[in-house]
Amino acid sequence: MSLAAQVIDLQKDYMLGAVPVQALRGVSIDFPRGDFVAIMGSSGSGKSTLLNLLGALDRPTRGKYIVGGRDVSSMTDDELSTIRNEKIGFIFQSYNLIPQYTVLENIEVPLHYRTGYPKIGDREQQRIRELAEMVGLGDRLDHRPFQLSGGQQQRVAIARSLVNDPEIILADEPTGNLDSKTEQEIMEMLLRLNREGRTIIMVTHEPAVARLAKRQIYMKDGVIAGEGVFPG
Amino acid sequence: MSNILRTVQLALKSLMLHKLRSGLTMLGIVFGVFSVIAMLAIGEGASQQAQKQVLQLGATNIIVRSVKPPRENASAQNQNSFVLRYGLKRADYDLLSRTIPTVLQAVPIREITKACRYLHREMNCRIVGCTPEYLDMNHLELAQGRFISDKDRREKTNVCVLAAQTAEELFQYQDPIGQSVKIADRRYAVVGVTSAREASAAIGGSMSGQEYNKDIYIPLETMRVRMGDLDIDRRQGSFSAEEVELNQITLTISDVDQVVPTAGVIRESLQGTHKSGNDYSVVVPQELLKQAAQIRTIFNVVLGSIAAISLIVGGIGIMNIMLATVTERTREIGIRRALGAKRQDITTQFLTETIVLAGSGGLIGVLLGLSTPLVFQGMKSVAEQFFFESGGGSEFSEMFSNLNPQVVPASLPLAFGISVGIGVIFGLYPARSAAQLDPIEALRHE
Ligand SMILES: Nc1ncnc2c1ncn2[C@@H]1O[C@H](COP(=O)(O)OP(=O)(O)OP(=O)(O)O)[C@@H](O)[C@H]1O
Ligand SMILES: [Mg+2]
Repeated sequence: MSLAAQVIDLQKDYMLGAVPVQALRGVSIDFPRGDFVAIMGSSGSGKSTLLNLLGALDRPTRGKYIVGGRDVSSMTDDELSTIRNEKIGFIFQSYNLIPQYTVLENIEVPLHYRTGYPKIGDREQQRIRELAEMVGLGDRLDHRPFQLSGGQQQRVAIARSLVNDPEIILADEPTGNLDSKTEQEIMEMLLRLNREGRTIIMVTHEPAVARLAKRQIYMKDGVIAGEGVFPG
Repeated sequence: MSNILRTVQLALKSLMLHKLRSGLTMLGIVFGVFSVIAMLAIGEGASQQAQKQVLQLGATNIIVRSVKPPRENASAQNQNSFVLRYGLKRADYDLLSRTIPTVLQAVPIREITKACRYLHREMNCRIVGCTPEYLDMNHLELAQGRFISDKDRREKTNVCVLAAQTAEELFQYQDPIGQSVKIADRRYAVVGVTSAREASAAIGGSMSGQEYNKDIYIPLETMRVRMGDLDIDRRQGSFSAEEVELNQITLTISDVDQVVPTAGVIRESLQGTHKSGNDYSVVVPQELLKQAAQIRTIFNVVLGSIAAISLIVGGIGIMNIMLATVTERTREIGIRRALGAKRQDITTQFLTETIVLAGSGGLIGVLLGLSTPLVFQGMKSVAEQFFFESGGGSEFSEMFSNLNPQVVPASLPLAFGISVGIGVIFGLYPARSAAQLDPIEALRHE
């Protein structure tokens, strides 16, 4: 099975004044295509730091991160933007929709930043509508985020993460702000995406949610403390 | 970007989120752009006005007019007499027409306002004692009959030529030619009628506007023998008498370049004969162009400063608001970066918003600018009420009240372009600082 992404001895230092904080101290994992990984661990263990690196939002201090056959650690800022736009879909705990935009416009945003800025035509508009319908918001296309519930906002975020058809979906506590019923709906959606072949890497604090993934990784103090199929 | 229209549309959307704020931010640009257009319109109006007057009065003409001296002076001079003597003398006419070689032609006139009658109809007319040259000199045309002739002058005949409105009011549907009009108890045979003519504007304090339509023209010599130089006025229970020999002498100069030097010679000559120096004035139409240039300069300085200050203050206001916007929307910037926006995309986005903001202000300013003539009319009536008292004709106030701003078409795209330029200049820094934000930090921003 080919790899969607691979990290090799990944390290990340933050400078707090003159003192370096080692948020990641050498992480190595392979993510095969179609994987569904839940990352767990106590607060401050480096989960979000790892996810940000996987999302090409930042470069590692040392080590390699290979995605789409290329090493991200040596890329320019613009190249990182392109990786984020084409290869990765983000889902955040706090949804992160653009408040002045409607559902349709929010889903459209990643299309504005495609390489070469191709025109957003009828085909794209059609795809945006299909995605909105797929996440169950076909009747809310012109609503703005403040008119939607948390669960609905997260569905918009899921539709948005899919618009450029990325290989990898990164989710940092995607159900952290939701009740258990909505949590279940969102998880079902992620599971469906995974069944369709997308690689999903998700940070979560909840064992019940982590159990739904194919495998779980436990982090502690910036390294991987354990790994296995739940309950492992 | 190939999606410019969409970018502008989304920029508008973000700006509409804070309508009041965006509106207030635009004000500086609105006034700045308006001032630019108004400045050019007023300058254009002033020079068009001057050019029109010069054309009307003749570029090679010099007009010398009698002016009633201020009252205090007059009473001191004529303490023992009821009669106020002032103005140009026939001797002045002889002097000017004979001794200055560059003067081609000198045309004297005398004006008195009198009641004129035909049958039972009566009206007050300006009786103009003149010579045959008067017709061409004032661009008058005959509708009927003939004008005053040299023979009329020599023989001091009692003939008259009526202006269009005079003829209409006195004769209505009757043919005036061959009839006679009664002026000051004497009858004058009507020999011609002139066509209606647009009134000429007043010029710089020394020459009041001339209507031409309520005139009656008679030979200058006839006027002298029939009416004399004395003009007695018994209106409103008071009695006043004025003795004026000539009201105006229009001199035509041989060459355009000689006009200004000749005006100097004329002023000098008249200073010799009029010791008080305040009972005549010399109007040089060509000098009106200089006056227009002065007015233009005044408005350029005043409105130019307003424009510059408004635009700079407006630009700083826009920059300030955009910096606040960037802080306020830091999270949005983080989101966009996570979704693949490059630094340049963020710069473009915020720069577009600033340009749309400034450009909208510019557009409103342009619309306001189109209404410059209207706004100016309003300003004028206010200014006339508060500053220049009615009739107090300083040269500037008269120029001012005759001024009609002309919007210069090229100034519209120019002013709009300036507003867009302001958007670029003052939007660049906020947009760049937005682009420099770290994506992760921005995403975490509350
Ligand atoms: N920008 C930063 N500057 C300095 N230190 C940082 C920065 N970001 C993270 N850290 C530190 O790195 C470590 C890992 O943080 P991280 O956010 O990855 O933890 P986490 O596992 O996601 O925790 P949580 O479960 O609370 O979200 C923490 O000690 C944190 O203080
Ligand atoms: Mg975290």
